[in-house]
Amino acid sequence: MPPGSSSAFCCSGCEAAYQLVRGLGLTSYYERRCLDPAVRPLRPEEDDAAVDYSAHVHDDPQTGRSTLHLMIEGIHCAACVWLIESLLARQPGVLQARINMTTRRLTLVWTSGASDAATIIHPVLQVGYRLIPYDPARLGSDQLKHEKELLRAMAVAGFAAGNVMLLSVSIWAGHFSYMGEATRTFMHWVSALIALPAVVYSGRPFFRSALTALRAHRTNMDVPISIGVFLTSAMSLWETIRFGEHAYFDAAISLLFFLLIGRYLDMRARGRARSAAEHLLGLSAAAVTVIDSDGHRSVLPPSKVAEGMTVLVATGERVGVDGRVSDGESDIDTSLLTGETTPTAVRPGDSVFAGTLNLSAPLRVTVTAVGERTLLAEIVRMMEVAEQGRARYVALADRVARYYAPVVHLAALLTFLGWVWLTSLPWQPALLIAVSVLIITCPCALALAVPVVQVVASGRLLRHGILLKSATALERITAIDTVVFDKTGTLTLGRPELERDGGWSETDLMEAAALAATSHHPLARAIVRAAPPASPSPGVIEHPGCGLQWGEVRLGSRRWVGAPDVIDVTDVTDDPTGPGGPELWLARPGVAPIRFAFTDALRSDAADTVAALGKMGLRIELLSGDRLPTVRGVASALGIDRWQAGCSPAEKCARLAELAAEGRHVLMVGDGLNDAPALAAAHVSLSPSTAVDVSQTAADVVFQGLRLAPVVEVIAVARKADRLVKQNFAMSFLYNLVTVPMAVLGMVTPLIAAVAMSSSSIIVIANALRLARTRPR
Amino acid sequence: MTNLLLLIPVALLLGLAGLGAFLWALRSGQFDDLDGAAHRILFDDDDKPTQEPPPRC
Repeated sequence: MPPGSSSAFCCSGCEAAYQLVRGLGLTSYYERRCLDPAVRPLRPEEDDAAVDYSAHVHDDPQTGRSTLHLMIEGIHCAACVWLIESLLARQPGVLQARINMTTRRLTLVWTSGASDAATIIHPVLQVGYRLIPYDPARLGSDQLKHEKELLRAMAVAGFAAGNVMLLSVSIWAGHFSYMGEATRTFMHWVSALIALPAVVYSGRPFFRSALTALRAHRTNMDVPISIGVFLTSAMSLWETIRFGEHAYFDAAISLLFFLLIGRYLDMRARGRARSAAEHLLGLSAAAVTVIDSDGHRSVLPPSKVAEGMTVLVATGERVGVDGRVSDGESDIDTSLLTGETTPTAVRPGDSVFAGTLNLSAPLRVTVTAVGERTLLAEIVRMMEVAEQGRARYVALADRVARYYAPVVHLAALLTFLGWVWLTSLPWQPALLIAVSVLIITCPCALALAVPVVQVVASGRLLRHGILLKSATALERITAIDTVVFDKTGTLTLGRPELERDGGWSETDLMEAAALAATSHHPLARAIVRAAPPASPSPGVIEHPGCGLQWGEVRLGSRRWVGAPDVIDVTDVTDDPTGPGGPELWLARPGVAPIRFAFTDALRSDAADTVAALGKMGLRIELLSGDRLPTVRGVASALGIDRWQAGCSPAEKCARLAELAAEGRHVLMVGDGLNDAPALAAAHVSLSPSTAVDVSQTAADVVFQGLRLAPVVEVIAVARKADRLVKQNFAMSFLYNLVTVPMAVLGMVTPLIAAVAMSSSSIIVIANALRLARTRPR
Repeated sequence: MTNLLLLIPVALLLGLAGLGAFLWALRSGQFDDLDGAAHRILFDDDDKPTQEPPPRC
């Protein structure tokens, strides 16, 4: 929001945020930040449950400091980082507040006793960021450790490769001009001294992986690499001892260096995959208010709540347990679980589920299931089972390695035997030639072929706001022939929008907005969004399930407002959804009631995207948890022939299993929690970034923005990447075809090996860079 | 030859020093947030830097 007078704000929350920022003298935030119009704007959410931060604080009595680790949502540029850090640094008692922009995590350290967690982070929450505490010991540390190990190995390999190459160039020069044997041997020994420890240290990731594969009676890419490096080093050492002419230390260590670069880039490009555990943590971090039989209230974490207890769910709070309503009437937003945007009315005796949002009035709920036994946990479990099934996919590179390794080793063996038997060469030189065959077939280019294309593809997609979460996602996308869409939040924007059908005027809208401003109901929110900024009327009463009342003016469902029935209505219910979709009626004394209609708007390019996918030769299906008439309308608007409505998460998975049994490979696009198991069960899956966190985790690719075009983009990039990978493999094999005969005939020297290795790697990388150039449309 | 006997060890030592510096930087957490580091140079704060060292991960 631009700084200005108070009437320029959309809501009181945003106004308070601006006042806070200005009061602390941090207004340069507004000048610095870059707003991406496609990303959801920051807005202080009033319906966020109170999170118990103190449960996650680590107190260190020795240094007198308390530490809290938080994940932050809502950061989209460096100015946000600056704003949050400045806000926190000004709190008394804070010793350090540092945000890691790459992982979006905040580490907060303050003097124990000087303040508490909730007070310190309150300004940040007020401005509109969401903070979720987590336990750093549990999350993401494995990948971080692996990344650091790769970086260290790469550093050592780089240092060694550089120095050994220094010496090798001298030796090669010495072949052309006179270099005495003593000098050459001395150089060889120094190379050995540098290269051998470096090979042992930097080769560990490869050796470990190769041993694991061999123990499982398989081969992967690392087996020929490990064997090659080991034999090369051993042979070179032996040659050095023998005052021999050729030593291949530079080949061994340079090979490791290039491969480690490829591995490291690959790991970074994959992004920080967040585990399912992390997000369940976020969803269940909310504390639950328990009421005893004598009316005493206590706030407990969900793990301490037992069945049969009575829980109080306040207005705007997320229900933390599965249960049955014992007292109170309200509307519940079940979009998280079912995908329906229209809230359901609940009365005593109705069931409510953990994860849904209580909109209108406080409820007392008797607990029937908590923690692992809730529907929420059930869905996440289904998802984890599906994820494990998918982990068995073998990447293309590993499949190539299955054939590559035996062939190369066979070739080396035959070379050795051939030289010994056919030409009766002593076994030492024959071994030399055999090992040079192994070196020249170095999988340098082969091992780089896929990672380099992956890195370039990820980079290009990232620039379009598409995040690749899985390393094999692109490969799997090229195999698909069917696309299955979810409706709410995927094909549509996921929230009701006010229709401008001419049935009301701007003044009507402003009056309605004045009543609607204090309600959490999605339809009321939609009115407030569509209206020019208005200050809420004081004294508005909300009647759950019916509407809002301010004196004589009423805004709500048709029945309650007393509006006349529309002529072609066949069944009249209290359902706020009238024929043709959700609606609100505004009734004022002396004026005819006015109807506001709402639709869940389709994404602007949904129809174009569906058409483009059809042209690509893909079959399109729609599976939704929403009601039949709505789904039918959307399917016909987009031209989708196959669709199903009212699908539960299990039914979606069943449909995917049917398609898989037909031999089809499915790309699933979905966002709600009810899609998460299906996202994990599909061959490959996409999710918009506005999706629930767990679904973002289950999906292989996450895309930002309000448009559906990224789906087409990802498929196009995946197909191009596949072409380039195949070209790279072809070039690697061509290179081998040319050089292997040379090696077999004993013509290869370390110089030739070095040149061949480098040139093949460079060609493969240059080819992959072709992906980075976007063709002008 | 005597030159080599001096120069090669010197080159190695310098290389080792560089490697040591890189490993120290890695251990003290300087490579954890490359995006953040790129943007932080553009912050113009007049605040004093905090006394405490960055956290260990």
